[in-house]
Amino acid sequence: MNNRRNVEIVDIKQLSSDVFSMWVKDEEIASNGKPGQFASLYCNNETRLLPRPISICEINKDEGLVRFVYRVVGKGTKEFSELKVSDRINILGPIGDGFNLEGKNVLVVGGGIGIPPLLELSKHLDGKKHIILGYRDEVFLDDEFKQYGDVYVSTEDGSSGTKGNVIDAIVANKLLEDNEIDMIFACGPTPMLRGLKDFANKNGIKAQISLEERMACGVGACLSCVCKTKEKDHHTHVHNTRICKEGPVFYANEVEI
Amino acid sequence: MFNNEINMSVNIAGVEWKNPVTTASGTFGSGIEYSDFVDLNALGAVTTKGVSNVPWEGNQTPRIAETTSGMLNAIGLQNPGVDVFIERDLAFLKEFDTNIIVNVCGRTERDYCEVVEKLADNDVDMLEINISCPNVSEGGITFGQNCDSVESITKAVKKYAKQPIIMKLSPNVSNIGDIARAAEAGGADAVSLINTLTGSKIDIHRRKFELANKTGGLSGPAIKPIAIRMVYEVAKAVNIPIIGMGGIMNAEDAIEFILAGASAVAVGTANFTNQRATLEVIAGIYDYMKKYNVKDINELIGCVE
Ligand SMILES: Cc1cc2nc3c(=O)[nH]c(=O)nc-3n(C[C@H](O)[C@H](O)[C@H](O)COP(=O)(O)OP(=O)(O)OC[C@H]3O[C@@H](n4cnc5c(N)ncnc54)[C@H](O)[C@@H]3O)c2cc1C
Ligand SMILES: Cc1cc2nc3c(=O)[nH]c(=O)nc-3n(C[C@H](O)[C@H](O)[C@H](O)COP(=O)(O)O)c2cc1C
Ligand code: FES
Repeated sequence: MNNRRNVEIVDIKQLSSDVFSMWVKDEEIASNGKPGQFASLYCNNETRLLPRPISICEINKDEGLVRFVYRVVGKGTKEFSELKVSDRINILGPIGDGFNLEGKNVLVVGGGIGIPPLLELSKHLDGKKHIILGYRDEVFLDDEFKQYGDVYVSTEDGSSGTKGNVIDAIVANKLLEDNEIDMIFACGPTPMLRGLKDFANKNGIKAQISLEERMACGVGACLSCVCKTKEKDHHTHVHNTRICKEGPVFYANEVEI
Repeated sequence: MFNNEINMSVNIAGVEWKNPVTTASGTFGSGIEYSDFVDLNALGAVTTKGVSNVPWEGNQTPRIAETTSGMLNAIGLQNPGVDVFIERDLAFLKEFDTNIIVNVCGRTERDYCEVVEKLADNDVDMLEINISCPNVSEGGITFGQNCDSVESITKAVKKYAKQPIIMKLSPNVSNIGDIARAAEAGGADAVSLINTLTGSKIDIHRRKFELANKTGGLSGPAIKPIAIRMVYEVAKAVNIPIIGMGGIMNAEDAIEFILAGASAVAVGTANFTNQRATLEVIAGIYDYMKKYNVKDINELIGCVE
């Protein structure tokens, strides 16, 4: 991986009351980034020492641009939301091991702020794609997915799509009955991933899930970002693995969540 | 890059370092991951993550939390154990022209001695004995908080060690000078300080501790003033060299430690913010020496008035 870089923001937009979309100019991630990988974004405020891991939402290889879509949940993401076009930000990436592009008839399942990385993924998957996007209430990015597959929405308050969660939407739309699904790709909050892991196992389908954990180094050195594993990990030699290095995407059955 | 008329090399307990900068244990792995960013040959020494006799799983997650100008960690000394360490990490590090300092941890005196004995005939330049980790229930800090146990564990590891021993001191004590004297009395060849300060953080929305371990070790610029004061106190208390650390983000911070009495410095949390922090510290010390016409870094050690 290349050194941390100070990159320019070329576009920044608000997508919902607390979700922002930002395009930066970075040849490195634009040429080498893969769906499911992420970047470390550093705060300009020096009292905040640790990088914020943010997934690659989209890449524009020709123009050397990378898109991040993030929700304001704390001080760092608040700072990022206040950046303007031509401001600069330090980033490191692409980081981690992303999705394996496989399957002929697949479910792409995102929950909340887990949805953004699935956009670049959906661009690259061959075969039939059923894209299920779960929100609490406000929807974002759903329109942009429509060019890559059939989109189904769920909201907890029922304001759009199926009322309930992503599994309710999969069931309500008979996606398993009507298709021979051979892979599930998922990113979202842990309870959703846990639910999907069970759902995938019950239905005998393989699943790739993208996990989150607090990170300090973002390069595999500090062991803050680990997740429990079923087997002994080849690097750590204990039953846990580094999400920033071996992940963030894992086969659901390799990890304990 | 460096002019030969300026001497940056220091001698720590008989080991020659090309410059006074190493990595703080646990913030740099064994250097493998950071070798993408840092030419390890440029460092005075690489200090590894703590190594124990058998693999340790470490604590539950979340293991870290950010604080204002600092961070808390409760990794719990996860490591693959000394055998894997020798076979993989040491084999990697040996290829570089730098000193290798292996940080050693344990639950009992026997654990420490076992690791030290296994490393004795390996290509390791120095050993740093961590008697100051606040994040494990047994061992670690419990050895580092009173003078008798510091002296006795130092004596114990010295029996097995073939390399110079650096005792790594905890700041969570009432008199760091006394602790350093106990280490010196036990035969320590050098001391390093400070390890992290025990702290905690609460998420007020969830009304829960941010760390699974509830408490963790505070590091980063927030602890630097305490570290400077402690290095100064220890420099007055003992005659063995001091490796200073705690919140070093840049060369100015490092020079403060040297002026306070440290013969060498370690860069820790800064590696998380800037992967090349160690290299920038080295270059900045050189620039400072040039600016103030200091010919030999050793002239700066402990020269604060
Ligand atoms: C691999 C990965 C990919 C991610 N991709 C995205 C994305 O595309 N869009 C997005 O909005 N969010 C994403 N997140 C979550 C994002 O990293 C956090 O929301 C963000 O770090 C919060 O920072 P803050 O300063 O606003 O919050 P604060 O709560 O003030 O942050 C304090 C500290 O906790 C860390 N932290 C807080 N929440 C999380 C979290 N959920 N995961 C990891 N660290 C956290 C911060 O990095 C910081 O070090 C991703 C997380 C991971 C691990
Ligand atoms: C994530 C993390 C892991 C650490 N692991 C170890 C360790 O294994 N052994 C040890 O002696 N100190 C360990 N430390 C302490 C550091 O080596 C250092 O003493 C402390 O962080 C202060 O320096 P800093 O402020 O520059 O980080 C760790 C610190 C951090 C932040
Ligand atoms: S964040 Fe340091 S190992 Fe993953």
